[in-house]
Amino acid sequence: MALDNDTVRNIARLARLDVPDNQLEKYSGELSSILDLVAQMEAVDTEGVEPMTHPFDATLRMRADEVSEQNNRENFQAVAPNTENGLYLVPKVID
Amino acid sequence: MFTWDKQWEVVIGLEVHTQLKTQSKIFSGSSIAYGAEPNTQASAVDIALPGVLPVMNLEAARLAVKFGLAIGANINKRNVFARKNYFYPDLPKGYQISQMELPIVGFGELEIDTENGVKTIGITRAHLEEDAGKSLHEDFQGQTGIDLNRAGTPLLEIVSEPDMRSPTEAVAYLRKLHSLVRYIEICDGNMQEGSFRCDANVSIRPRGQAEYGTRTELKNINSFRFVERAIEYEIERQIDILEDGGEIVQETRLYDADKHETRSMRSKEEAHDYRYFPDPDLPPMVLEDSFISEIKATLPELPSEKRARFEQKLGLSPADATVLTADRAVAEFFENTANTTKAENKVVANWMTGELFANLNKSELDITESPISSAQLATLLDRVCDKTLSGNTAKKVFSALWEQEGDVDDIIAAKGLKQITDTGEIESIVDEVISNCPDQVAQFKEGNEKVIGFLVGQVMQRSKGKANPQMANQMLQEKLK
Amino acid sequence: MTITTLAELSANLRNGKVSSVELTKEYLDRIESSEHNAFISVTSDQALKSALAADKQRSSEDNSSALLGVPIAQKDIFCIEGTRTTCGSKILENFVAPYTATVVQNMHNSGIVTLGKTNMDEFAMGSSNETSYFGDVKNPWSSRQAGGSKGNLVPGGSSGGSAAAVSAGLTPAATGTDTGGSIRQPAAFCNLTGVKPSYGRCSRYGMIAFASSLDQAGPMTHTAEDAALLLNTMAGFDIKDSTSLDVPSEDFTRDLGASINDLTIGLPSEFFGDGLDNDVAVLIENAIKEYEKLGAKIKEISLPNSHLALPSYYVIAPAEASSNLSRFDGVRYGLRAEQYTDLVDMYTQTRTQGFGDEVKRRIMIGAYALSSGYYDAYYAQAQKLRRLISNDFTNAFKECDVIMGPTTPSPAFASGSRSDDPVSMYLNDIYTIPVNLAGLPAASIPAGFTQNGLPAGLHLITPYLSESKLLNIAHQYQLVTDWHRQSPLTTRGNA
Repeated sequence: MALDNDTVRNIARLARLDVPDNQLEKYSGELSSILDLVAQMEAVDTEGVEPMTHPFDATLRMRADEVSEQNNRENFQAVAPNTENGLYLVPKVID
Repeated sequence: MFTWDKQWEVVIGLEVHTQLKTQSKIFSGSSIAYGAEPNTQASAVDIALPGVLPVMNLEAARLAVKFGLAIGANINKRNVFARKNYFYPDLPKGYQISQMELPIVGFGELEIDTENGVKTIGITRAHLEEDAGKSLHEDFQGQTGIDLNRAGTPLLEIVSEPDMRSPTEAVAYLRKLHSLVRYIEICDGNMQEGSFRCDANVSIRPRGQAEYGTRTELKNINSFRFVERAIEYEIERQIDILEDGGEIVQETRLYDADKHETRSMRSKEEAHDYRYFPDPDLPPMVLEDSFISEIKATLPELPSEKRARFEQKLGLSPADATVLTADRAVAEFFENTANTTKAENKVVANWMTGELFANLNKSELDITESPISSAQLATLLDRVCDKTLSGNTAKKVFSALWEQEGDVDDIIAAKGLKQITDTGEIESIVDEVISNCPDQVAQFKEGNEKVIGFLVGQVMQRSKGKANPQMANQMLQEKLK
Repeated sequence: MTITTLAELSANLRNGKVSSVELTKEYLDRIESSEHNAFISVTSDQALKSALAADKQRSSEDNSSALLGVPIAQKDIFCIEGTRTTCGSKILENFVAPYTATVVQNMHNSGIVTLGKTNMDEFAMGSSNETSYFGDVKNPWSSRQAGGSKGNLVPGGSSGGSAAAVSAGLTPAATGTDTGGSIRQPAAFCNLTGVKPSYGRCSRYGMIAFASSLDQAGPMTHTAEDAALLLNTMAGFDIKDSTSLDVPSEDFTRDLGASINDLTIGLPSEFFGDGLDNDVAVLIENAIKEYEKLGAKIKEISLPNSHLALPSYYVIAPAEASSNLSRFDGVRYGLRAEQYTDLVDMYTQTRTQGFGDEVKRRIMIGAYALSSGYYDAYYAQAQKLRRLISNDFTNAFKECDVIMGPTTPSPAFASGSRSDDPVSMYLNDIYTIPVNLAGLPAASIPAGFTQNGLPAGLHLITPYLSESKLLNIAHQYQLVTDWHRQSPLTTRGNA
């Protein structure tokens, strides 16, 4: 299956990646070759097969409702690109 | 009445996000207490450090099941967390853990009161998810500040069917839901703090048309009043467009309460593709029957059941029963009072819906903050029953109780409000009045019976309101015969 | 003796022949003078501090844990508090982790000393260590190629730095992670024992996620005995990982010495078909014969859906990765692009500059597979195939105790030879991937050398949670062979 340039652009946008026009062909070629590999799946009849989301059919373990975390802001924000007054700063968000 | 009632039918569905009343977040051990310093309640998991993993809070599952049972819904014993993928700065992982195909709560129902009687609103589903953080738009060098304290707060998103046909019905549903979640104690219902938030899907169609019209989603309508106004505005806007031959665009619109208008949200215009898939970090949640039945056993009497009981067993009017069961604390106050006092239920209801609510409203207090306890109100009404107080003096005592001047009997004693029921004492006042008011006595004897009211009033005045008016009346009648 | 094992170091430390500080210094010196680019960060100060503490603890305690004071290296995918943790990516180039991964904490609690963080394919996506932002890693066996080739060979990937470091004697053992073969394939390329435990054995908390339903940490060592010793300290239930197994802890060394004379080995025809290098095929046949000598019986079996593993994997792994890697957005940690026009541009520039090509490709494939209209055809279908593949193993284990085959279709290949063709690179993992999809324990152990002088790995797969059996089977082979004792350093004579 071949991906066209528009599709590549669209997935790149969804993934917040920039694919410059001069690399579109390269990416669409590589991605298409991966999809060709994957295409073998299509032919398999999986009617009635239960999808396997986990390697073993485990069920969810839940924890008691307790506050176990302390304020660790200083430590966490030491690695942040931009903070002020304890807030993470980002370019203006427009609603 | 709005004109749309004639030509257009309004279709409304609500999505309500209720913050579940847990101690800690849904997938981490951070506190969810409101109002902390920014990012001081944001753990490694909440800020999505590389390598961290979510661990589900059992209490959040319990509260969700409780809600499901309260609306008679099917509980999905196997339910699955899914990732909803999108980029936003208040969403640290770049995905929200939510539920898509298999929510914890399936279809249920809620009854609302309308002008035309009781109406059943379908609840499509309710699913667990984590809340996002907050974007603060104050100017930080032209940037937005992100506070992740709220990120990971457990939410139950309750999605209704598009069953409502007017803004009034929408508000009735919302109030009913608000009352229910507080009743069963899964949510504190605090709308100012965002514990109970509402989005509305609104569309219109010509009456008689089977298909739904194109809908818009209204966000940011976080008070009952705004819900009604925002939907009203949106209906008018859609009618204007359609009547001008235009088309409704399916979009998300933000309600601006100050300007009373809805406007398109530019940031959401871009078509979303959330790429939902089951979260591989969280295996399916499987609920045992015993878990569900234990929760069922803890379920309190529901508002609708309570209201029916108040009407049928306690003999209250439908109006009083509705008002007194809308809030669980109010109902408890009523029952505590009624169970303690000798006064009739109806009398207790009158005092609560009258004197007590008026004072609470005036002071903007919740019933739980009432300066008068149910025990005090019960004693007060007992003193009316045993004729220690008259209706008027009882109100005086109520005011003193409100000002926390002491207990009922202390106040009665201190203010000397004890009703005079001693025949001799009343007789001497009656005699005084008869001798001081010869004109009125003459009029009465001439057959003007209305004048007795004046004479009783005189007795009351001279006794400083303490004489039993019935006794005074009777004695006057006898003496002037 | 050309290699040094954890078991030997443990004995030497216990009987006072050497101190942890001396050992640690020795290995730090070797790392310092090595040219393999096997490490991204060397944590000398912390290592010496831990070694000193271990020596003190040993002098004050009688029953110290087996690996107290033993130095090892950690794959740079594990967060260690106060230590740079890059995951082989530019986007985390300067990320100093504010917390420690559970498996590393477990090891540190046992007194293990961490020498540093090893090089790896970016976000563990690769089979050659060539996708690392921190440069290629040289396979120490490059110098042992016959026929005069002096070109560099890849160490395999994604745990290529760990494999090269152990193989070159820069550390006696290292941790790795295995999503589709990332422990076993580099172990095969570098003549090591590499164990991928059952999914859920080792906590994933603090291990930077690639594909959450497949990732599993494990040991990379010279011997099966060492792997058992190291796994003892790594494994264990962790409440912080909802997929961690709540099973009683066990001593994985307990069955090492057990006889395997009643063993039935299943040989799936699918693992010996087209694409398998002839030399490797011969070495695997020889290894099987060795097992027969030990009393094992051979059974031809079939894993009929194994050809669907690669396509299924290349949907599931990228899909999970595309979502897992969304958190790298330049807001809370890691790289933020220097110039951007607005929020979306900040995200886009940061991620475009921060991720390498292979990571971008996989994120995009994953986003595509999950996107509206394609989910059923790709993701849902892949998960159904995963079920079929898993069922194949369940059926096979009704007939045999262990499944054997080659770990990889070929020995280590030349640097740069496959990096332009993603799909040919993916084919490296054709035998290892089915195991991850099924969540089973598996190992690669040294099985001899090709005519070119390059190591090949024997792949062992056992039923769920049977690591003790797996290590027993590997150990029994190592008792009668010495492939695992061969070192690329032998010719230089500086073991």
